Amino acid sequence: MAHPFAITLDPGSSLANRTGSWRSIRPEYVHRLPPCNDACPAGEDIQGWLAKAEAGDYEGAWRALTVNNPLPAIMGRVCYHPCENACNRKAIDASVGINSVERFLGDLALEKGWAFDKPAEETGKKVLVIGAGPSGLSAAYHLRRFGHAVTIREAGPLPGGMMRFGIPKYRLPRDVLDGEVARIVAMGVEIVYDAKVDDILAAMREGGFDAAFLAVGAHIAKRAYIPAGEAAKVLDAVQVLRSMEGEDKPLLGRRVVVYGGGNTAIDVARTAKRLGAEEALIVYRRTRDHMPAHDFEVEEALEEGVMMKWLSTIKNVEAGSITVEKMALDDKGFPQPTGEIETLEADSVVLALGQDVDLSLLEGVPGLEIQKGVVQVGPDMMTGAPGIFAGGDMVPSERTVTVGVGHGKQAARHIDAWLRGETWDPGPRHELAGFDKLNPWYYGEAPATVRPVLEIARRTSTFEEVVQGLDETNALFEARRCLSCGNCFECDNCYGVCPDNAVKKLGPGRGFEFDYEYCKGCGVCAQECPCGAIAMVPEEK
Amino acid sequence: MAEFTPESAGPDDAQKLRYYQKGTFTVGNRLVDADARTVQASEERSNALTCGHRACQGCGEALGARYALDAAMRATNGKLIAVNATGCLEVFTTPYPETSWQLPWMHSLFGNAAAVATGVAAALRVKGKKEVRVVAQGGDGGTTDIGFQCLSGMFERNDDVLYICYDNEGYMNTGVQRSSATPPAARTATTPAAGDEPGNVFGTGKFVPRIAVAHRIPYVATATVADLHDLERKVAKAMSIRGARYLQIDVPCPLGWGAASHDTIRLARLAVETGFYPIFEAEHGKVTRVRKIRKPRPVTDYLRLQKRFAHLFRDGHEDPRVTRLQAMCDANIEEYGLVGDDETSG
Repeated sequence: MAHPFAITLDPGSSLANRTGSWRSIRPEYVHRLPPCNDACPAGEDIQGWLAKAEAGDYEGAWRALTVNNPLPAIMGRVCYHPCENACNRKAIDASVGINSVERFLGDLALEKGWAFDKPAEETGKKVLVIGAGPSGLSAAYHLRRFGHAVTIREAGPLPGGMMRFGIPKYRLPRDVLDGEVARIVAMGVEIVYDAKVDDILAAMREGGFDAAFLAVGAHIAKRAYIPAGEAAKVLDAVQVLRSMEGEDKPLLGRRVVVYGGGNTAIDVARTAKRLGAEEALIVYRRTRDHMPAHDFEVEEALEEGVMMKWLSTIKNVEAGSITVEKMALDDKGFPQPTGEIETLEADSVVLALGQDVDLSLLEGVPGLEIQKGVVQVGPDMMTGAPGIFAGGDMVPSERTVTVGVGHGKQAARHIDAWLRGETWDPGPRHELAGFDKLNPWYYGEAPATVRPVLEIARRTSTFEEVVQGLDETNALFEARRCLSCGNCFECDNCYGVCPDNAVKKLGPGRGFEFDYEYCKGCGVCAQECPCGAIAMVPEEK
Repeated sequence: MAEFTPESAGPDDAQKLRYYQKGTFTVGNRLVDADARTVQASEERSNALTCGHRACQGCGEALGARYALDAAMRATNGKLIAVNATGCLEVFTTPYPETSWQLPWMHSLFGNAAAVATGVAAALRVKGKKEVRVVAQGGDGGTTDIGFQCLSGMFERNDDVLYICYDNEGYMNTGVQRSSATPPAARTATTPAAGDEPGNVFGTGKFVPRIAVAHRIPYVATATVADLHDLERKVAKAMSIRGARYLQIDVPCPLGWGAASHDTIRLARLAVETGFYPIFEAEHGKVTRVRKIRKPRPVTDYLRLQKRFAHLFRDGHEDPRVTRLQAMCDANIEEYGLVGDDETSG
């Protein structure tokens, strides 16, 4: 080819120059563990389902959520949402309202009648679940998904366990509870009511069960010895909350004293207010910051006019009055008596001092270990007796609905593996996507959406639900506040900021790919990734 | 319940969603309309400056040039000619016989890019090709020092050229020498960190965007590789106007500034957020809009990431001239009104 004057070579493209050979470190797309997922006792992939909700795919979001937790409408009301405490967004403005979006999805699923898929095939194995509380229901759901035949035996007349007999209606309306249980039953889970199990080994033998999951909860109220006159009215919290579900509501009188500082004490005091008590007084031996009750519940109770008496113990109960002694905290924060005595008017005293587990069904089971009134289980949720697993309030744990649901899921996975003669290995956890992994500059300021709350007058006179739900607009808004920590949300930053065009865009939902032929390893993509989904790793020699 | 999506949302909702959702400031976002994403988010972007170029790792200029030219290519439907001054950008893209440019591209001398572009624009006018547009581009050396006479002439004649200056604050290609755009106290090969007042002097240098404004040309703007939405909007606006236009983009240079290659955009962002590099636009001699600072930061955050300022913090002592640099930033913030409620910025 003839060239112009002084030109000897054909023009070429710089594409011939493979600048990837300059690189000593390379970017890689990674998945890091979002703090919300890390904190969730039920092991939900929160970031994953929020990502679907953000795109308006609510059914997809609900289906992704229920892979791990079958009770979103209940969770969206009663979960203490440790996810929100862990949320990275709180360092920017306020945590994402994960719990409110979960409730929105749960309620939408009930409204639309979305159902769970039945298992593709039956395994022929039979599993007995004892107790239809959160842990038992969760285990049954997951076992059913694996294709096992599941029977739940429940001692009471209705499902839900403490969700029904412990959590008041104003926090969890019963139609929501019934709706979510019905969906699990529709998968083919059998629930037998009023069928208390007295002997677990016999029950398994008679029914021909291959494995059992125990989740009987902790329903026996702890008592404390308090001298009481004959006419004195002393009740326990479990009894009071349980009778709220029956025809005869408890008679507590005009002035009700609740003894204890946990969430149950708060529930009883708020229930007493709604039953018409003029005064509901919580007596607690330590101070507010030592109360085991969650702060927002204490706040809501105070708003409703529940009174609190800190640093006091009940010495004596008589008809119409109680005697309390003032306490003082010592150096170690323990309450010590001061000798200062006070008399208060009280028509009834409700003890909310914690609950014990009814372990009678386990008598005679070889290998079982019980410590401090609860059943010991291994990391696989199995008791010392082969094939007998346990979870929820009856094993050592924080006693919440969500922890129970998490136990149910874990146990189901281990039971499924055990039935196949295998062990289930969850694999290593991804590296945590802490705030230091993010580039928060890219996130716009967006204050959290506050759920509407029922006005005080209606709260103290009715059992209507106190905290209302979000509507679709603000649920979507809230979902979109998610930072997508540790997982690519296809913002195109890496694709845009590469000075060498060395990022390939693969199209919606498929993410990106590095072109290592040209990537020089500058690291701008990793630095400018808002959500920490790119890691720089040394090149192998 | 009606589906509620960004597409179906009303104007108020869309505003709210766009502003509040994550990634409002990112290059793109799968949830917003394609129109609301940047040109760089598109698989259809022209990649006017393609792979295989020999710029250093993390080069801000390579990034800035692709950002600006891709936006200009979209604005002109690909009918664009670029004229390049001598400098890094010319050298690293066109080692004979290779080229990284995927548009008609010319290089003549260090100092005459504006004049050559004027000539190209004149030729197109004569040939009746009104739709073909001309961009001239160069570094700060080729613009504020060597090419300044040609540039001023192009402004003064109001020639139909968009001149883009990629400002990396020195002659990086030839070994990091000082230019008239080098900031005070910065160490370069010709302003070493030695003597009583190490680094570049205070009180000299020139800020060409203001000189361009003084020419009362139709459009002048500054931009940064740290805010792509703003940069692309300015290029599109510039291409919608006929006559002389000037755009100056802050493009950090990892080599010349002594910074980590991954900090290029971070440095550009800090230059804006500290008030060190005011981002504004002006039309016909008047400043019409400024980009407000989102999260104000002290100038030391910017300085400490760069070895060219390391002598200001030597042995744990802070050089008193840091206060002067902070005062410079404060003066910018005051002069342009960079802090406050943002109703106008893009």
